[in-house]
Amino acid sequence: MKIVVCIKQVPDTKGGVKFNPDGTLNRAAMLTIMNPDDKAGLEAALRLKDEYGAEVTAITMGLPKAEDVLREAMAMGADKGILVTDRVLGGADTWATSQTLAGAIRNLEFDLIITGRQAIDGDTAQVGPQISEHLNIPVISYAQNIKIEGDSVIVERQYDDRYHVLKAKMPCLITALAELNEPRYMTPGGIFDACKAEITVWGRDNLIDVKDSDLGLKGSPTQIAKASDKVRKGVGEKVTLDPAEAVDYIMNKLKEKHVI
Amino acid sequence: MDFTLCKEHEMARALFKEFAENEVKPLAQEVDETEEFPRGTVVKMAGSGFLGIPVPKEYGGQGCDPLTYTICVEELSKVCGTTGVIVSAHTSLCCDPIQTYGTEEQKQKYLIPLAKGEKLGAFGLTEPGAGTDAQGQQTKAVLEGDEYVLNGSKIFITNGKEADVYVVFAITGVDVDAKGRGKKRITAFIVEKGTPGFTFGTKEKKMGIRGSSTYELIFTDCRIPKENMLGAEGKGFGIAMHTLDGGRIGIAAQALGIAEGALEATIEYVKERKQFGRSIAAFQNTQFQLADMATKIEAAKLLVYKAAVAKATQKNYSFEAAQAKLYASEVAMEVTTKAVQLHGGYGYTREYDVERMMRDAKITEIYEGTSEVQRMVISGTLLK
Amino acid sequence: MEVMNSEYKGVFVFAQQVDNVTNSIAFELIGEGKKLAKDLGTEVTAVLAGSGIQDLADELAAYGADKVIIVDDPELKEYRTEPYTHALASVIEKYKPEIFLVGATAIGRDLGPRVSARIHTGLTADCTQLDIGDFPLNPIPGKEQKHNQLLMTRPAFGGNTIATIACPDFRPQMATVRPGVMQKLPKQEGVKAVVEAFNPGFTPNNNYVEIMDVVKAVAETVDIMDANILISGGRGVGNPENFKLLEDLAAAVGGTVSCSRAVVDAGWKPKDLQVGQTGKTVRPNVYFAIGISGAIQHLAGMEESDLIIAINKDETAPIFDVADHGIVGDLNKILPSLTEKIKMFQES
Repeated sequence: MKIVVCIKQVPDTKGGVKFNPDGTLNRAAMLTIMNPDDKAGLEAALRLKDEYGAEVTAITMGLPKAEDVLREAMAMGADKGILVTDRVLGGADTWATSQTLAGAIRNLEFDLIITGRQAIDGDTAQVGPQISEHLNIPVISYAQNIKIEGDSVIVERQYDDRYHVLKAKMPCLITALAELNEPRYMTPGGIFDACKAEITVWGRDNLIDVKDSDLGLKGSPTQIAKASDKVRKGVGEKVTLDPAEAVDYIMNKLKEKHVI
Repeated sequence: MDFTLCKEHEMARALFKEFAENEVKPLAQEVDETEEFPRGTVVKMAGSGFLGIPVPKEYGGQGCDPLTYTICVEELSKVCGTTGVIVSAHTSLCCDPIQTYGTEEQKQKYLIPLAKGEKLGAFGLTEPGAGTDAQGQQTKAVLEGDEYVLNGSKIFITNGKEADVYVVFAITGVDVDAKGRGKKRITAFIVEKGTPGFTFGTKEKKMGIRGSSTYELIFTDCRIPKENMLGAEGKGFGIAMHTLDGGRIGIAAQALGIAEGALEATIEYVKERKQFGRSIAAFQNTQFQLADMATKIEAAKLLVYKAAVAKATQKNYSFEAAQAKLYASEVAMEVTTKAVQLHGGYGYTREYDVERMMRDAKITEIYEGTSEVQRMVISGTLLK
Repeated sequence: MEVMNSEYKGVFVFAQQVDNVTNSIAFELIGEGKKLAKDLGTEVTAVLAGSGIQDLADELAAYGADKVIIVDDPELKEYRTEPYTHALASVIEKYKPEIFLVGATAIGRDLGPRVSARIHTGLTADCTQLDIGDFPLNPIPGKEQKHNQLLMTRPAFGGNTIATIACPDFRPQMATVRPGVMQKLPKQEGVKAVVEAFNPGFTPNNNYVEIMDVVKAVAETVDIMDANILISGGRGVGNPENFKLLEDLAAAVGGTVSCSRAVVDAGWKPKDLQVGQTGKTVRPNVYFAIGISGAIQHLAGMEESDLIIAINKDETAPIFDVADHGIVGDLNKILPSLTEKIKMFQES
């Protein structure tokens, strides 16, 4: 069985947010990590490998530095790593990103593609389903459990108040939730092997069936009108009010922040 | 001369650090309070290959260098001194001598399961009457047919009752010289738990590393196959000393980790703690102490890493190992004591980690060769 | 599709239903859609997909939908990605709306991307604010400034960045919208919907997955580390029975109760609810510190919360050093009234 796992290198926005003296985000100082949902997807692939036997290929689109997450994936047990990098791919929104990854994956034989549900920087959850559309294969999102049965996958698909047990014929694409499993640690020996291993590097020319007009910033239907970092707070305000006023004060603050 | 670690070592450090933070740190306080051996953690470490880091892959290990193993013990010890010594004693004092002196059969039978973490290792040299004076051994091993019969006891054995495989030292004979003076022939043996005649005495109640299983080993007509002799007959003392050289590097890493953990905790505390209207980090007294602590830790780190590299590249590394162990353990004691002081009253309570770190640090100045022994080794080399 | 002219008109919203019950997000999207439609001088159409769902149309009109398109087919009985994607993509191709909104639910965040990829347009996820405006926001010499564009605002980077996105060259402009953020309009009773039926035909293909089982969830206790809103009580709450005030508030805002170490030591609450140095570290969107003094060990466990609201009758309590909004007052008088007001507000 051949499994392709899409992983992304992201800034550690959950644990290691760092701020500049003026309270804005210090992106340069932030550590990069493997996106947690993707790590769960990789672990799911490795468990399928342990149970059924499979070749697991990790693929990422990013700057040359993204090679680090491929090495990490291989130190955990992935068999191969592919880095898709090229200047023309930069600035891509989810349409262009999914086109790029689909174009790269067309080079590979696969039974199953596993992606994380969403990345902790973009937070869109769009790339996985969009890749499946471009490759014209079924998609099952929000997987909380994955099994193989012959030529099909049996997946528990999570909804807000229930889950479905779905069956789909391979090849298909599954998006994984971080809650799907506890990813394994790398092994010390795996780290040394992974650092010695060769990573395949692909550029725009390796992408199959993709138009230039679908790549990078130029190929992105959505564009950023503006973006600003939330400023880290200092000491807040303290008020002494009678109960009725206090309740109104709190209500206003909750409304402002869309809590209610 | 490049002082930066290569990518592999940095990735390995990140791995050990993540494991320590997620799996070891949450349990550290409880392990100390209950004195319960963290078997669950040991199983997890085994699963990720942490119990055979420097053992070659063909023997079930990870095939990494001594420096990688050292960094592992360091990172574990930052959050829990007990967990650090469990790995150190198992790897340096049991896996290493079997790897270095064992026959192929012994490596197949013992080293592979030890490196995979399926079995835990320990080292039995110290006796009630023989600590620094290791030659004061009394435990005897007498050859009877195809078996050696062991009689005697060993105390203060780390991983004591939890281990499965023990490297034990015993007297197999006495050589008398021309002047009639006797010199003991000491030999190393591999003993399995459960061998009839091999029992355990009392569990030691200790000041620190309280989760570590420290027991007396008692041998009463304990029969082991003669194939379990490790290395040549009469060569045991040399084996013990050489093994301890490697063990000292592990303990030095443990001491280094404890000191680093204490410094980190202290820096965080002094930033938050306010007295006289400002955080105590603003007082120069605090700042100067932190500067001294950090500098000594850095010096200790360089000695520890240098010793680890020496083990990989030199035949004899006693000198480097002794310097690393001596200095790192004394720094650990000094830094943890200052850490408690800088925490003030809170530092003396068990709610904070630093008092445990101070209690854990003390043993690093004593076991696997006291600081006095290290000074003997160092000066012995200088005055050759 | 890439468009150069304005053949695309109208604001369409996906009216999500499960088990033939319309999800509240549908009404929120209609409410927001009305606002956008007004700015554009156009109408709001709700798109309802399912099987045997005719009866749901009137309620959509009661909440403001000018028109309801119904795609009714047995293949749409339970949500599956492919038939629903085919339904919406076909509606978009036929009716050409300029804006299409979908709820950012477990369904919408799967359906939205597949639809947008099928018809080749841009999709912006998890929007918290929608406006009609110009793109670029300020005119740039040499670049065309387009008007009447949908400006979609959303958090990114783990919530540390707020971005406003536009989709100037492709139609429809698609967005998934966070539930509970947009306002639904007051319901008008006795309204009948203007309905149009549409069925593009559904032929099962390889992308139609098979549903083998549907398992409804059993309510579980929330781990305080996963909660978005924590109502945390300290010794100032007074006694274990008084925690009911916090539980009522938690129920009203959809939060979870947690506590300080003093409360656990006193035996009022179990340790897994403890926030602090020797408890758990939490980073919820909102942290209510009720009757908590704010000892350094407690702050260590919650000071990274997005919004900290503290109520304590001691104005010197250190909790006020980290609270965004600190109220010096009596929790026993404030909480019941606050809970009531919130409940009334949610119901309106």
